[in-house]
Amino acid sequence: MSARPRSGLAAVAPFLWLGVFFLFPFFLVAKLSLSDTALAMPPYAPRVDWSAGFEGVRAFFAALDFETYARLTSDSLYIAAYLSSLKFAAVATSLLLIIGYPIAYGMSRFPPAQRQALLMAVILPFWTSFLIRVYAWIAVLKPQGLLNAALAQVGLGPLNILNTDTAVYIGLVYAYLPFMVLPLYAVLEKQDQSQLEAAADLGCTPSQAFWRVTFPLSLPGVAAGALLCFIPMVGEFVIPDLLGGSGTLMLGKTIWTEFFSNRDWPAASAVAIVLLATLVIPILLYQRQQQKMIEAAQ
Amino acid sequence: MSVWRKRLSAAALGVTALVLAACGKGGAETLHIYNWSDYIDPAILTDFTKETGIKVVYDTFDSNEVLETKVLQGNTGYDLVVPSNHNVPRYIAAGAIQPLDKTKLTGLANLWPDIMAYMEPFDPGAKYAVPYMWGTIGIGYNKDAIAKRLPGVAIDSWDIVFKPENLAKLKDCGVYWLDASEDMYAVALNYLGKNPNSTDLSDYQAATDMFLKARPYVRKFHSSESIEALANGDICVAIGYSGDMLQAKSRAVEAGDKVHLDYVVPKEGSQVWFDVFAIPKDAPNAAAAYKFLDYMLRPEVIARASTFTEYANANKAATALVDPAVRDNPNVYPTSDQLLTLFVTAAKEQPLLRDVNRQWTRVQTGQ
Repeated sequence: MSARPRSGLAAVAPFLWLGVFFLFPFFLVAKLSLSDTALAMPPYAPRVDWSAGFEGVRAFFAALDFETYARLTSDSLYIAAYLSSLKFAAVATSLLLIIGYPIAYGMSRFPPAQRQALLMAVILPFWTSFLIRVYAWIAVLKPQGLLNAALAQVGLGPLNILNTDTAVYIGLVYAYLPFMVLPLYAVLEKQDQSQLEAAADLGCTPSQAFWRVTFPLSLPGVAAGALLCFIPMVGEFVIPDLLGGSGTLMLGKTIWTEFFSNRDWPAASAVAIVLLATLVIPILLYQRQQQKMIEAAQ
Repeated sequence: MSVWRKRLSAAALGVTALVLAACGKGGAETLHIYNWSDYIDPAILTDFTKETGIKVVYDTFDSNEVLETKVLQGNTGYDLVVPSNHNVPRYIAAGAIQPLDKTKLTGLANLWPDIMAYMEPFDPGAKYAVPYMWGTIGIGYNKDAIAKRLPGVAIDSWDIVFKPENLAKLKDCGVYWLDASEDMYAVALNYLGKNPNSTDLSDYQAATDMFLKARPYVRKFHSSESIEALANGDICVAIGYSGDMLQAKSRAVEAGDKVHLDYVVPKEGSQVWFDVFAIPKDAPNAAAAYKFLDYMLRPEVIARASTFTEYANANKAATALVDPAVRDNPNVYPTSDQLLTLFVTAAKEQPLLRDVNRQWTRVQTGQ
């Protein structure tokens, strides 16, 4: 008997969570994107005039329009920033796969006791603030930094990496590596080693066995890791801002410019809404992938 | 190392302030100040607390944009904020700051009328703001690196940082520009012989064309990183604010005197800026803000602040008390001839601001 109300609450909780922390802020941002800038506190109009009652609410809705969105389409800056963000995220995701897969694979081949230690090593960087770790890269990559000092020792360099797209890629790959390794490791660790023995018995070389057995079976992990990295990287702000050059074009920076330099909250909101709308497809893909993995586990 | 030491001491100051604030809940008064980073002698704050018993919670920002966005949103909890002059009209129009009750500011008579005249277009009658520091925009440079690359060239003109043929020779050692569209367009318009207050978009277009020709040689646009980059020898020339560039110079000296920096206000003239104290409309403790303002209007206090920040203040009675190394430097306290070449710019209307910022984005990204 006592189980029923609890399961009821459990069923409502996620929706409550989504409502409070996703839908409500989303509607606020959507509303803002339909407003106009104004020299006021806060710097946009219209605002609901509650004292006017129903009339006030109606006047508020009448003043909303899609003008900001029209501007987004008429200026090539936004589409260029959007495409550039996609490019950064796609290239970095590919690099992450190439680097993360061997790491996860290697980890999964250790005896279980050592795996725990390795897992710990992957998570350990999170004990330091993300911002500090990105700042540390500045110290490594800057012209008079650690990397160039080391290169000078062996008679090479100096390399000018900081404030270039290369630095952004280094930062993205570094920061998101655990998010690629962990899902891959979770899948690879569960694989039954007897399948590889069977493949060997049937005449597969080790590399054939990898490409025909291990890799296809790990695809759910590849998809999960790739989406988990790709989605937040498209909207990344801190890494391109600190490590990138002024020419580094990414949506996170575009939103910052609209919000702070132009004091144009509606335009910043509109860019954010467009970004969200275009990320819905990969997010849905990720959800479906997770669903499949849960079902397979059951 | 000294840079880190300064950062650490700033962090320690922040922590102490927090601890003090936590203790202050018991009954002692607290004053929340939001000011630019690296912009006050911490001893001034502790002395103020000693004298008045008011605890100071001191937070910092590094761009006007961040400040304005926060203040216009309201409910910041700050009693005193420090915007720059050309943003002040927007704060006033939005009703974000309150008119000052001058009866509570006994030290106002100490202010310097010649310098206050520059503030007139922004805050007519000085109704809303009390100046903290003022300065110029100019060129900070590494003397040795520039002498090697531009032998025999006098470093006294915007030509150094705007002419592509000069910049081409400096590209390898690193050029930074300010990431502040209004400031950059103001000095560029003046350099091109146009009105720095122009409202004609074609004037800005001309400046954009000039910027774009120089753009390939600029490593980064940033308004505060140039201090450290110059001091470390990572870059050799930057367009920056006077005090920042002079701070870089003293940091380089502290760091072992291997990098030799200097700052110059170009002869074509430059923009004067002010950072001013203002009390937000919703300040929780305006009374404490007035006490602090009046404290800062004391000549001996503001002189100490200038000695620390290496910026000039607008307090005439304080000039004699400022460290001679700062006071006698014409790049901090300009000579009367230099004063004639300086100008101020007014706030832009929102549509013009948007268009100018759009052009600035094109300068930075090529888009």
